[in-house]
Amino acid sequence: MRYIEPHGHMVSRTTDDYRAMVTAGCAAVCEPAFWAGYDRSSVDGFRDYFRQLTRFEPARAAKYGLPHYSWICLNPKEAEDLVLARDVVAIIPEFLSEPNVLGIGEIGLNRNTRNEVTAFEWHVELAIRHSQLILVHTPHLEDKLKGTRLILDLLCAHREIDPARVIIDHVEEHTIRQVLDRGFWAGITLYPESKSSPPRAVDMLELCGRDRIWLNSACDWGVSDPLAVPKTALEMRRRGYTDDFVDAVLFRNPRQFLSQCPKFQLPGHDAT
Amino acid sequence: MVSKTPPTSKARRLRQRAPMPPTAIVDQGFVAARAMLLDVAAFLDRVERYGAKSDFRCEAMRSAAKFLSDGKPERARRILERLSDPTRAPLAVAPRGAACGAWKKGRK
Ligand SMILES: [Zn+2]
Repeated sequence: MRYIEPHGHMVSRTTDDYRAMVTAGCAAVCEPAFWAGYDRSSVDGFRDYFRQLTRFEPARAAKYGLPHYSWICLNPKEAEDLVLARDVVAIIPEFLSEPNVLGIGEIGLNRNTRNEVTAFEWHVELAIRHSQLILVHTPHLEDKLKGTRLILDLLCAHREIDPARVIIDHVEEHTIRQVLDRGFWAGITLYPESKSSPPRAVDMLELCGRDRIWLNSACDWGVSDPLAVPKTALEMRRRGYTDDFVDAVLFRNPRQFLSQCPKFQLPGHDAT
Repeated sequence: MVSKTPPTSKARRLRQRAPMPPTAIVDQGFVAARAMLLDVAAFLDRVERYGAKSDFRCEAMRSAAKFLSDGKPERARRILERLSDPTRAPLAVAPRGAACGAWKKGRK
């Protein structure tokens, strides 16, 4: 079996996790910039983190033969301080030409505040200016529905945004249809306690079709499972889905979206 | 909510999935779902014993749980909607703390 982990925060994971993922068939891992669990206090703190995402982490993954890609941004949880946010957004272009950077992400909203909306808009304008793919984080729990609506309205207000080049991540049953209906890609996150479980993820595929959807573990420093994506293949097989279906959802779909960035390459995997 | 997403056609679904008897899906999930249902019941009993019955999160859970047995489809979607913030305007300031999983009007 082959699969792509399109959303994993590997800076928080051990090398044992890299070994387990590769053993399970992982062909590439993509790492969006996110919150460290505490607020960074300066632009230099972000610069160091972006270096970690573009230099150190790809080298660590390469020891296991795993291609590592990243996304750069200031995450919405740190967007309340707009002075710092503006300064961080100003250094992002330094990193967009790095060979493993696929786009701007994971931007989005956290508690749906005006300042978060402002920082989100700055990132969208940056992505438009630099023709970047966009990966969007939608808020947690009771804030997700409202945040998803706001994000979709903000994105659709930009004529230059092609929804086929934007993935809205962490969708659940109450948000997936509005994302797909407006032409965007949808990411289903498999978490042990929140977001989606493997059975619910397969239910959503049955209800909405399997096009323009990827699955991810979003493994980080919290309660999460770096093997959640291949474990969902097991749920598909228990329901009788074919190997081709599993390959389409776990490998070909994320490859289709990510390949819109020419830097995304999978040596050893043919185009079928 | 009316969806514009075309459902995957039945013919395509059949090509993607080997046929299985309807009871197989029950066999696969029943015991696990039974355990989760008992956990919800025991949780609601527990919060009552501890005097937290009227916590807005517990009230929201009891209200959302009614969808489980109303005989209508898309229970998961409707429960999520019931627990969500229905307002539309961005907030002037972030509420204190992290999201908690249920929404209450005017909660800061
Ligand atoms: Zn993430």
